[in-house]
Amino acid sequence: MAILELANISKHFGAIQAVNDVSFSLEAGEVVGLMGDNGAGKSTLVKMIAGNFPPSEGTMRMDGQPLSLHRPVDARRHGIEIVHQDLALCNNLTAAANVFLGREVHRWFGPLRVLDYARMYKRAGEIFAELKSETRPRDLIKSMSGGQRQAVAIARTRLSDAKVVLMDEPTAAISVRQVAEVLNLIRRLRDQGVTVVLISHRMPDVFDVADRVIVLRRGRMVADRRIAESSPEEVTGLITGAIERV
Amino acid sequence: MTITLDQTIAQKTHTPLALMLRSQVFWVFVAILAACIFLSFATDSFATSKNIFNITRNVTFTAIIALGMTMVIIIGGIDLSVGSVLCLSSMMLAITMHAGYGLEIGIAVAIVTSLAVGAFNGVLIAYLGFPPFVVTLGMLSIARSLAMVASNNTVVFEFGPDHARLLDLGGGAWLFGIANPVLYMIALAIIVGFILRWTKFGRHLYAIGGNEQAATLTGVPVRPIKVAVYMISALSAGIAGIIQTGWLGAVTTNIGTGMELQVIAAAVIGGASLVGGVGTAIGALIGAALIEIIRNSLGLLGINAFWQGAFIGGCIIIAVAFERVRQLRSSE
Repeated sequence: MAILELANISKHFGAIQAVNDVSFSLEAGEVVGLMGDNGAGKSTLVKMIAGNFPPSEGTMRMDGQPLSLHRPVDARRHGIEIVHQDLALCNNLTAAANVFLGREVHRWFGPLRVLDYARMYKRAGEIFAELKSETRPRDLIKSMSGGQRQAVAIARTRLSDAKVVLMDEPTAAISVRQVAEVLNLIRRLRDQGVTVVLISHRMPDVFDVADRVIVLRRGRMVADRRIAESSPEEVTGLITGAIERV
Repeated sequence: MTITLDQTIAQKTHTPLALMLRSQVFWVFVAILAACIFLSFATDSFATSKNIFNITRNVTFTAIIALGMTMVIIIGGIDLSVGSVLCLSSMMLAITMHAGYGLEIGIAVAIVTSLAVGAFNGVLIAYLGFPPFVVTLGMLSIARSLAMVASNNTVVFEFGPDHARLLDLGGGAWLFGIANPVLYMIALAIIVGFILRWTKFGRHLYAIGGNEQAATLTGVPVRPIKVAVYMISALSAGIAGIIQTGWLGAVTTNIGTGMELQVIAAAVIGGASLVGGVGTAIGALIGAALIEIIRNSLGLLGINAFWQGAFIGGCIIIAVAFERVRQLRSSE
């Protein structure tokens, strides 16, 4: 059964048609690559799913229920989490503090409600172990590698038990070794039944980790293919327009 | 020996001792101790109870405002209006009491005025996106001007029926002979320290200073928090104004002139970083203490008072150099 369905979604900003009649559905526990050139409408589409702004036309359904999102918090409440390209991390805070940012855990100290450091460190550690990432909850973000930072950003989505995780260019601007680490993190998420939408420019990453690839060109969806039935050449053709549609 | 993933995750990278040796506050504290030991031997008058009483009391006004300023600096802002807010708060207290109202009403008027000024600063900065430097620079001018208008630029030294109570509030020593202002300072420092370390609000201040965009994206209510912080800063200046009025026993329209720079200096020497995201309550106190000890000791050692500025300025630059060195080291 589809977890998230998009039907005839369009978005225009004034006269500009950013996304035009896009429909697809996401199954639980699959990794879907979302590809397209700059300006193809990827980020507009993602922002609608993340609740940044509503679609001009079309409907979204989550678990069969109509989904209307007005603010990013709404999306979060429905189990949709986004991992931003710049990861939205605070360098001056610890890994655990970042994981729990905006969702801090408290305990009572006499009449005072105080931050529960111990529980936050412990839970963050458990999530990192689950993700098989060598990330220490007490370390500051500024001393971490790109892969560890990704793990922290992904750990946030585990905290809320998200059903759909949108990852915006997670492998741009990190080293080759760390790319492998991030792809592993994506597999861990999938193994736990999370649906991952991987927005990426990098063909090898999508073909490495995704089950399916959706291609956008100039706001329109031009392909929704199983990875096994497609090839990097075909997808490149679809992105550039050398292949009109499949 | 193999190290499992769990062990790696559970590992602590820094021992408490290592953390302490890396902190600026610790080294400034060491400098203060060294200065005190040196001064006790070099002069007869330093280690007298009267001088210690004076130093601790003089520290408080800068330190109390530095507590508020540290919070502003943590979120990456600055508040240049504190000296003028101190003056305006004192003046509102003085005028209200002079007009025959009691101490409580006077204090309430002073505090409400300060909070209103802070809210004005905060709303302009947080909701209208004005640069904090410019807004509070404007307020520096406005608040002092309002104090002059309110008092017709006169000196107020009669505080109506509660005159004696006000003077006792600021000038007394209710506990173990410790000057009252010092008691207030310690109480406020504990509150601010608690907020920064143990509350969600405090955690969010560091997050905003570290990466405002990230804080917004993760659902931290950045704008209301910013307004609250500028209100706290103005409140700290207002409280310092009330205490100072009680201590001095008179209010002129030039009290607190130039104080903003001394307060910022105290916060920075105490380890707050003007880039945002770093700072502690204890740092604010220790920074203020170092400045006061420099001032006090120059007098006792018979060094020309004109040198004060050079020494305090030197400390600010050394403090920033300290931070620079750490940054360079951690970026390697």
